[in-house]
Amino acid sequence: MARRTMRLNGRDIGSALLTALWFAFLALPFLAVKINPVEQTVTWRWHAIIYVALAAFLLSLGGSLYRQYRKAHLARKSQNDLSSEQSLFGRLWATRKIRLSLLAALTAAAITFPLLFSTYQTNIMITALIYVMLGLGLNIVVGVAGLLDLGYVAFYAVGAYSYALLNLHFGIGFWSALPISALLAAFFGVILGFPVLRLRGDYLAIVTLGFGEIIRLILENWNAFSKGPSGIANIPRPGFFGLDLTLEGAIIYLYYLMLGLVLFTVFVVNRLQNSRIGRAWFALREDEIACQAMGIDKTRTKLTAFALGATWAGMAGVIFAAKTTFVNPASFTFLESAIILCIVVLGGMGSIIGVVLAALLLILLPEYLRPLADYRMLAFGAVLVAMMVFRPQGLVSRVRRTYVPAGKNIPDE
Amino acid sequence: MDYFIELFFSGLTRGSIYALIALGYTMVYGIIGLINFAHGEIYMIGAFTALAAATILSFFSLPLPALLFLSLAAAVIWASAYGYTIEKLAYRPLRHAPRLSPLISAIGMSIFLQNYVLLAQTPDFLPFPALIPEFAFLAPYAGVIGSSDLVILLTTAVIMALLSLFIKFTRTGKAMRATAQDRTMAMLVGISVNRVISATFVVGSALAAVGGLLIASHIGQINCFIGFIAGIKAFTAAVLGGIGSIPGAVLGGFILGLTESFATGYVSSDYEDVFAFSLLVLILIFRPAGLLGKAAPEKV
Amino acid sequence: MTFCRFALYLAFALVIVFPTPLRAADTIKIGIAGAHSGDLASYGLPTVRATELVVKGINARGGINGRQVELLIEDDVCKPEIATNIATKLISMGARVVIGHICSGATKAALPIYRDAGVIVISPSATNADLTLNGDYPNFYRTIFADNIQARTIVDFTVRELRAKKIAVIHDKGDYGKGLAEFAKTFVEENKTVELVLYEGVTPGAVDYSAVVQKIKRSGADAVIYGGYHPEASKIVTQMRKKKMGTAFVSDDGVKDDTFIKVAGAFAEGVYATGPVDVSANSLGRSAREAHRQEYGTEPGAFFDNAYAAALVLTNALAKAGGTDAEAMAGVLHTEDVETPFGAFHFDRNGDATGTTLSMFRVENGRYVPIKQP
Repeated sequence: MARRTMRLNGRDIGSALLTALWFAFLALPFLAVKINPVEQTVTWRWHAIIYVALAAFLLSLGGSLYRQYRKAHLARKSQNDLSSEQSLFGRLWATRKIRLSLLAALTAAAITFPLLFSTYQTNIMITALIYVMLGLGLNIVVGVAGLLDLGYVAFYAVGAYSYALLNLHFGIGFWSALPISALLAAFFGVILGFPVLRLRGDYLAIVTLGFGEIIRLILENWNAFSKGPSGIANIPRPGFFGLDLTLEGAIIYLYYLMLGLVLFTVFVVNRLQNSRIGRAWFALREDEIACQAMGIDKTRTKLTAFALGATWAGMAGVIFAAKTTFVNPASFTFLESAIILCIVVLGGMGSIIGVVLAALLLILLPEYLRPLADYRMLAFGAVLVAMMVFRPQGLVSRVRRTYVPAGKNIPDE
Repeated sequence: MDYFIELFFSGLTRGSIYALIALGYTMVYGIIGLINFAHGEIYMIGAFTALAAATILSFFSLPLPALLFLSLAAAVIWASAYGYTIEKLAYRPLRHAPRLSPLISAIGMSIFLQNYVLLAQTPDFLPFPALIPEFAFLAPYAGVIGSSDLVILLTTAVIMALLSLFIKFTRTGKAMRATAQDRTMAMLVGISVNRVISATFVVGSALAAVGGLLIASHIGQINCFIGFIAGIKAFTAAVLGGIGSIPGAVLGGFILGLTESFATGYVSSDYEDVFAFSLLVLILIFRPAGLLGKAAPEKV
Repeated sequence: MTFCRFALYLAFALVIVFPTPLRAADTIKIGIAGAHSGDLASYGLPTVRATELVVKGINARGGINGRQVELLIEDDVCKPEIATNIATKLISMGARVVIGHICSGATKAALPIYRDAGVIVISPSATNADLTLNGDYPNFYRTIFADNIQARTIVDFTVRELRAKKIAVIHDKGDYGKGLAEFAKTFVEENKTVELVLYEGVTPGAVDYSAVVQKIKRSGADAVIYGGYHPEASKIVTQMRKKKMGTAFVSDDGVKDDTFIKVAGAFAEGVYATGPVDVSANSLGRSAREAHRQEYGTEPGAFFDNAYAAALVLTNALAKAGGTDAEAMAGVLHTEDVETPFGAFHFDRNGDATGTTLSMFRVENGRYVPIKQP
């Protein structure tokens, strides 16, 4: 492809050598030395350092080649017309025929999935779908309305626990609990919304984080209310017209139910984005002051964003409780919020299809990497960083017509 | 009254640790507007390096002060090196990316570093030697304040003073302030913004490493997950004081530490974090930019 | 080395994802579920090894009733939601008996799935009292004592042997620690001769516990009963002793771990903790530990003896029942005594092991020494 042959000159090799040395130095106290302060012994593993240096050297060379390629690529692109800006996927997507057949294939795959694969695979897929729903819900708050929420898991917990507790005390079933929990979660969304109305950006982030922790701590400490850390067991799965389902049947049923709910979510969120309130959210994200000047009720807009975002988390929580048949506070930690946030950002803020893709990727990847044991989370962290470095705008960036005003007030500019 | 004083000192110790870590958060935030979630891991890296150094050096039967200073030097050097590298690898390429992308990169980096240390060393708790000597003159007051509490307190005070002087009077410090106020303008007047940002990460990481060594020596054990909670608390402290403000970070740290200590002492430790976070929400309702933050925040 | 291991894991992954037809079709599959990675791995891995040792011996002797035994090892990282996935996975892979899970929360989440599929589960370490006592899970057995029994032992010891009048109960807010502390609190309150002066949870991972320690001091307690794991316990004990407090410290088997003594050092002296009985007197226990040293080159870790016992009773039931029929196996498990490192025992009506498997230890000269119970 590239006309110019790419080559490495002495400077590249020199900098690669330096990088190798630097990483060997970094790895020294961790990889070269294995300390055992109990026995007061130290095991030296010099070979590890050599591997690290070698890897750093090769990666650095690869990086130089990549940069050359990028340069050539960009130069070529600027010669061509700008229509090539759009990705291959975007262009395909724009064609009606291809889009329809793609959707049909996806639908067919989704519907036949539990018939083709084992219960275990179906079970995993339900988890992934729950996260799709969570991602879509958080997308309303973070992606669309631009309110950074680090405590989203709190609403998920509210949903899960309201079903668990309602069922425990009043024997309320899945179908009645679903709307009740959604409403409760929305109510909590408003409760959180009120004190943070005046806060911006990262101040908002820490308060939402605190809110998430407060909910979890209350569930953990208030035994009389929530049974504390030992959790609530024997939560029934959703019933199917009074039939007693086998485990396999129940899982397949839950899968289709979840699929339906996700489709419903996609539909609603999509319609919302193009509605009056959706436009208001986008405006709020872009510029709060201009938004107010245009006569948008800031308070109401923010509160609806929180409430609607929380509603989906509440419903996802009910499904979670029904699927696991057990809830305890350990499932609702900050890491969970962080993963949902990763789904939204990785998907491309505000893009529905992106969120779906990212949720499937981030949930299924660690699951199938399970045999890697401890290396799994290492890889997960590295993938997050790499994805952000190479695609900072997310998997699918929302194509919106924007212009950049001269004195744009964004902190990282 | 004794009880009050005891709680007060235990709150101060906690607060000093939060403050030390919060300083790094607040400096980085002031300059590039990023919540550096990996900062807590730098604190952990510092503690681990100190432990490795102390274990290796213990073979040479050095006197305790020498052991302390050499371990501290190792912790500071490696933590700074990690801070510098993380900025270069994970944040610098994202300088013009959407606002939340660096945040995700930081979360990814945090997960990576935790598991890196877990795999390279161990997931178990390791005992950390008491590097801070026991002062004889404090022995009568052992019930109130231990020597490590005193050392932690004094170190925080000294570091905060030095850091303020550094920011105020040195060339790099001035460049930092200029970059925090307006990056483009700083570039125009000839400040190498990249170098200033690197310097911020190096200094912030060094402070976290000091905190890592002190607290590890104080509680006598570490593992690869200690950075997480300390990081969250320090971040809370930084926001409480007004993120971007150095005296704010210290004040926030102390307020948070004292709140937790008194909440534990007079109410119940079951809900100490609930108190801490509720206080945060309350303060932010009345002062949305934190205690010492200004509406148009003066950064670093 | 890192990369070599990575390649090995990858190869391992491929083997699991694409099962080769080389595997004998007619094997007995035993599932092993627990935390095998992450921060709780040290509680889960010894169970894998114990079972491997037992099964290796059995397979070398020609298997159970002529059938080889195959292990399906799955990692649940002690998370309830993952445990349910693992449970369905094990069932769909054909496991009819399971050793695990390690944590009570994960076990509780997975048990209904196993129950509906008629799978027998034996846990070496899930101590939550509800698991056996509320009768929901007839398919569940355990080779470890329940929380209520442990709490009873701890409280009785503190009241009778240590003659404490004022007792403080502290826990780590966790599933295990708080569960135990709740029982201890009830037992202390029932006993009219002693007074409960403090009941509190500490935040695990907090940088400093001196405020709680001051509170214990102020409460005037003669003894602290702590429910939880060793990292927090050693921080609390260290700060208590640094503040020159001589209050007795009595804790559970989460603290009866050598790491506790190594971390707390001299401050650990005199700490009491309950734990599984010392098996060094039992020849079976000794030989199991010896086998572990030979096979893996290290000392076995937490719950190794419990898991070894679980593997022995389970394989015995498989052999006697002539297959994996749940009812036949239940019959054997409930009635037949099996020689294990803890001596011979069978399971009672609830699924708890009969006979005593619990004893009290005290740290003396850097070692846990069993205390003779009267």
